[in-house]
Amino acid sequence: MSSIKVLAKKGTKEILLGNEAVVRGALESGVQFVSTYPGTPASEIGNTFWKISNLSKEPGSRVTGKSQISNLNLYFEFSTNEKVALEAGAGASFSGLRTLVAMKHFGLNVASDFLMPLVYSGVRGGLVIVVADDPGCSSSAQSEQDSRAYSYLAHIPTLTPATPQECKDFVKLAFEISEKYKIPVMIRTTTRVALQTGPVKLGKILQREKKGKFVKDPHQFVTMPPRVLEMKKELFEKIRKIKNEISEKSSLNKVYRDRVSDGFKIGVVSSGISFLYVMEALRELNLNVPVLKLESFYPLPEKKIKNFIKNLKKVLIVEELEPYIEREVTRFAKVANPKLQIFGRNLLPEIGELKPEIVLRAIAKITNRKLKIENSIKIKNLKLKIPRRTPQLCPGCPYWLVFSGIKTALKEMNLSEKDVVFGGEIGCYMLAGVAPHFLQDYLYCMGSDVGIAHGIKKATKNKQKIIAFVGDSSFFHAGIPALINAVHNKSNPLIIILDNGTTAMTGHQPHPGISRTGMGEEGPKIKIEEVVRACGVKNLKVIDQGNQKEFINKIKEFLQKKEVSVIIAQRPCVFVK
Amino acid sequence: MEKDFNIIISGVGGQGIITLTRILAEAALIEGKDIKTSELHGLSQRGGSVETHIRFGKEVYSPLVRQAGADLVISLEAQEALKSCYYGSRKRTVFLVNDFIKPIFGAKNTLPSKQIQKELEKFSKRVLFIPASQIVKEKLGKEVLAGVSLLGYAAFKKLIPLTPTSILKAIRKVVPEKYLQINKKAFNLAKRI
Repeated sequence: MSSIKVLAKKGTKEILLGNEAVVRGALESGVQFVSTYPGTPASEIGNTFWKISNLSKEPGSRVTGKSQISNLNLYFEFSTNEKVALEAGAGASFSGLRTLVAMKHFGLNVASDFLMPLVYSGVRGGLVIVVADDPGCSSSAQSEQDSRAYSYLAHIPTLTPATPQECKDFVKLAFEISEKYKIPVMIRTTTRVALQTGPVKLGKILQREKKGKFVKDPHQFVTMPPRVLEMKKELFEKIRKIKNEISEKSSLNKVYRDRVSDGFKIGVVSSGISFLYVMEALRELNLNVPVLKLESFYPLPEKKIKNFIKNLKKVLIVEELEPYIEREVTRFAKVANPKLQIFGRNLLPEIGELKPEIVLRAIAKITNRKLKIENSIKIKNLKLKIPRRTPQLCPGCPYWLVFSGIKTALKEMNLSEKDVVFGGEIGCYMLAGVAPHFLQDYLYCMGSDVGIAHGIKKATKNKQKIIAFVGDSSFFHAGIPALINAVHNKSNPLIIILDNGTTAMTGHQPHPGISRTGMGEEGPKIKIEEVVRACGVKNLKVIDQGNQKEFINKIKEFLQKKEVSVIIAQRPCVFVK
Repeated sequence: MEKDFNIIISGVGGQGIITLTRILAEAALIEGKDIKTSELHGLSQRGGSVETHIRFGKEVYSPLVRQAGADLVISLEAQEALKSCYYGSRKRTVFLVNDFIKPIFGAKNTLPSKQIQKELEKFSKRVLFIPASQIVKEKLGKEVLAGVSLLGYAAFKKLIPLTPTSILKAIRKVVPEKYLQINKKAFNLAKRI
């Protein structure tokens, strides 16, 4: 039962994923409410809480850690989307409970509408929001987003751990900050932090008995103007305090290595995973260069940074994605050390994740060290080129039948795939875009597909046929408003809802269309067809696509309709028991 | 100073690479070493290329092995071994490759092992091709055990600075109980090779 390692006894050392360490940090903080929407690279946070919440239902006492959580008082849910997850989490925090909300970076976009005023009003029970970015987009379509922008936009205090140990420690610290200053705190990880494993020293799991109670206080929770501007003032005051009392004073934001340097007067400023690459590079080059590791990205420790750079000739800023820290250091240097030469984006790529060798090269360059990475030339001349092994739908995946059925239907209508626009969305079905299917003409975020299809329909005055794919979990997540909009405004795309009975791509989590909740309890099952019907859709068919002939006939029939049509292709994922 | 030991495991989604990674990390912990690993999840697991990194030693910072920095590459699929050349070095790298090819969907032709082996030699001090998939299929009836049997090979032939005893302890910790016996058998197969 390796997956419940997060419940191991205090005092031991366990190898944990960054995401698992986040969970342990929350348990050691006495977290009582957790909500999430799954998304790689943050999925294991929810998955681990899911397992913990279902442990008591597992037979046998041999399950590791079961005794540890007998009185855990923990509520966990997979919410319909990240905004709802954050709202639910806020409600729990307003009622006094310590709360954790986890999501991937795009989830924060969804949640952002609520996040902004939430930071204004502040919280009661500690509220920690964990957001995982994905530099290099190893498991993310859409964009290569740097969520640290939200730290500025929302004025939310933000900590950036580099290792699993720090994931745990920073979550605990975040709960303390959140409760002390009554403000939500963001933990921002990246793929190589969230999916990094390393040894973590375990502390005591805190079992809290606190009962939630919402004590009315419109002064705190009603953001009507003109009160909202007072709230903004109070927020800025909190940030100033956190800057002085946490960023500048706590053990965060330390300088590593002695400032004895090699006479060059060179320093490095880094943060998150990049810091680990810096330390490797310095060791390999045998350099004694001071490194300022920034752990509170927002608010930054201005004094510490100024103090660090004031006697340097050159500074290298090593951070992934956007050069936010570099911009701040540049700003501080104008006062603290106007002659300072600042390196960063000019030596490091602005796209994709950093790697140890990229950082190694940059550091060798500013310190004038000779560096030859042995295989550099050979690797460029590698004669055998192997083609990219793109992911495939699993053998037996029900989506094979959807895509092949569509192809047959079009053939029988004397149409080619060129005559139809195919809208894609986020889920395993984005593999519609690769061989042998090639049924994807656009792909954006969850819920966008039907909205775009409607716009194309209107713009082209119904001249082009459109088939828009939506997954079951995506439909609940953000598909419903767009469907209502298309129906009400008299559009007529054909929408195929691929209902495989699970949130498959992120690890088979449940959603509202399945009877089991995140707590493993029977919950009312929300039937997609009932929602679709209630949205005003007249042309609706629920069908197992294994029944190919009827499925094909329905596609042919619905492609001719003047109103919105929906086919719910219902056949479970091969991994659903 | 004790040097870090850097391992790359490459292959195709579904070959049990994450489990193998966990086993190695636990074995290193048992021997009192510092450890970092890196893996990827999500869509890449759907039959795509998979690559994990394992580093252990006295003090390890980066979870990623650097270019030309691998001491050992374990490839569960021969074509994927080629992709790991990026981490290969004439001075330090041993390639331990499962002599097994999973055709790439949509590719015109599959690269023959001989040709791959020749290319790997340029990026390594030693290349070993073992028909692990075939062996475990014949002896234990399950191809997915190829990884654990290659791990056994690496341990018994001392290609990894971890003892077979520690790795077996780690297997007990990581592998679910019902698959434990067969995994131990797969690991011990290499004793006799």
